[in-house]
Amino acid sequence: MANSSDQTSRPSSQPPTSLEGSLSELTMGGPAVWLDLGFLVIVYAFALGTFLVLFCMAWVIFDQARPAILHFGLGFIVGRDWDVPNEIFGALPYIYGTLVSSAIALILAIPIGLSVALVTSEDFLPSWVSSPVAFIVELLASIPSVIVGLWGIFVLIPFLQPIQDFLYNNFRWIPLFSTQPVGPAMLVAGVILAIMILPTIAAISRDVLLAVPKDLRSASMALGGTRWETVFGTLLPASFSGIVGASTLALGRALGETMAVTMVIGNSIEISPSLLNLGYTIPAVLANEFAEAGEGLHIGSLMYLAFILFVLTLIVNVSAVLMVQVLGSRRE
Amino acid sequence: MHSFNSDATPDPLTSSSVIDLRDPLSLGRVIFTNVMNFVAFSLTGLALLPLFAILLEILRKGLPNLTWQTLVSLPAAVGEEGVANGFANAIQGTILMVGIASLISIPFGVLTAIFLSEFGKGSKVAATVRFVATVLSGVPSIVVGVFAYAIIVLAPACKGFSAIAGSVALAVIMLPIVVLTTEEALKLVPVPQRLASSALGCGSFQTTFRVVVAGALPGITTGVLLAVARAAGETAPLIFTALFSQTWPEGLKCNSPTPSLSVMIYNYASSPFQEQNRLAWTASVVLVGIVLLVNILSRFAIRSLKTR
Repeated sequence: MANSSDQTSRPSSQPPTSLEGSLSELTMGGPAVWLDLGFLVIVYAFALGTFLVLFCMAWVIFDQARPAILHFGLGFIVGRDWDVPNEIFGALPYIYGTLVSSAIALILAIPIGLSVALVTSEDFLPSWVSSPVAFIVELLASIPSVIVGLWGIFVLIPFLQPIQDFLYNNFRWIPLFSTQPVGPAMLVAGVILAIMILPTIAAISRDVLLAVPKDLRSASMALGGTRWETVFGTLLPASFSGIVGASTLALGRALGETMAVTMVIGNSIEISPSLLNLGYTIPAVLANEFAEAGEGLHIGSLMYLAFILFVLTLIVNVSAVLMVQVLGSRRE
Repeated sequence: MHSFNSDATPDPLTSSSVIDLRDPLSLGRVIFTNVMNFVAFSLTGLALLPLFAILLEILRKGLPNLTWQTLVSLPAAVGEEGVANGFANAIQGTILMVGIASLISIPFGVLTAIFLSEFGKGSKVAATVRFVATVLSGVPSIVVGVFAYAIIVLAPACKGFSAIAGSVALAVIMLPIVVLTTEEALKLVPVPQRLASSALGCGSFQTTFRVVVAGALPGITTGVLLAVARAAGETAPLIFTALFSQTWPEGLKCNSPTPSLSVMIYNYASSPFQEQNRLAWTASVVLVGIVLLVNILSRFAIRSLKTR
């Protein structure tokens, strides 16, 4: 700014030539403009590409599944047989296993995840304790799922075996615990999934709880509420939709989780009410049979299963994203 | 909310039954507070257990066998004694496939992020693309594997299991992570810097690359590293695209199964041979080491970028 007076006092007969040059380039459509235009086109094209990947994926999988879709129709979803040599395929045991293992995971992970979110977002602990706790729980999400599965086979299954035996010996009159445990089980898969979705629930619920206005908290405390009365009477109702969104995202993750579940669920095509029984999930059968699948209805049926899983997780994820977005816009 | 003012008279100042704030809480409320404290703290303690249990077990079972030889030699045949046993081929395969996946997904992702934060900002198109990227990040990795299988392994042009098929699957996994983290990084560059660049006569190409991307480079690098760490640990998309082999990877050749660390851990974990189980644990040390290192470092990097 100091030498602006110099510039204004400069004789107008000598304009800076370089500026003139680029100005004329702008108006005449010189190389710089073409560069910018080309850049714009490329950026749009790549954004469109990202957009198309999802649709391309849906179409390709649907296209490959078409022989099976035409052959079995919607009856595929309720079919109970999976007979490769005779080419009779039904998805019900896999859908059942996927839903049940994810349900166990949610039932276990929601209370634990909420506890972590509350303990690390309220002033229970000094921040030099609570932020490392939140960090350690979030770090759990970065462990590759195959390594969680390896740990599941060699540590979690032996650890849960006595608990499974206890449930079977004492509560076998309840259908949920009515089969002899053998190690791998639907219950183990549920526990492994709970460990894997715990960080999602904890991290998002924590953000939601931290976003609850301080005034609400103070108001409840001023009326004489204790800390936990404030939590149950004010904080949880205020952040309810956000916590539902977090759990929905976690459900999406649980439905599609492959490796860890495949390694501990036992991979047996059965539908049993017992959680101690072996099971099978859609991702697990894809992981086990895809590489060896022959042409024809077998591969078509696997593609059909993949398509069902894709649609299922798409619905769950889209509703979770919309829930979080609605919440975000309401807050603004 | 509580029953203590139900018997209070309308004018508490003159009444004798005024609430004495020094009264201790009723027994029920004290018990409730303590029980809930206990429940919340024990569940939080429970949540911390798995990470430590996993890390401890990996170090206990994997570290004793981690020698230079395991990192540079091929897997020995089962039952062979006194031969160098390792997983160098799997390390090479993982680097190869993650490398190609990065070459595909980084330009794609960064340019999409530039669109989201620079050109399409606030528009419906950008909101849609961002939404699709978010949804894409939630697609199960096994479904991405099925997609890569359908377009590459089944394709007549490059039929069979190959490193290319595995790389394409990993690229699709990485793409949404790169897009979303890069957009966050670009948004942190102050708007006045863009205006200053435009005022000096720079076009959109120059402004974007010389000012915005240059300024956001640390953030973009962090996001890319996170995506690389995620891809290195993925198994499901590789299991029937790259498959596995006991020999060295053969580059980009079609119809040549390519080994990777994650698929090796999966195969050897359920193997009946103990030496293969041991190798799985040792490979886990390498994989978890890389993944955790990247995640912890990037966490601190992101924090320092945001506070800067």
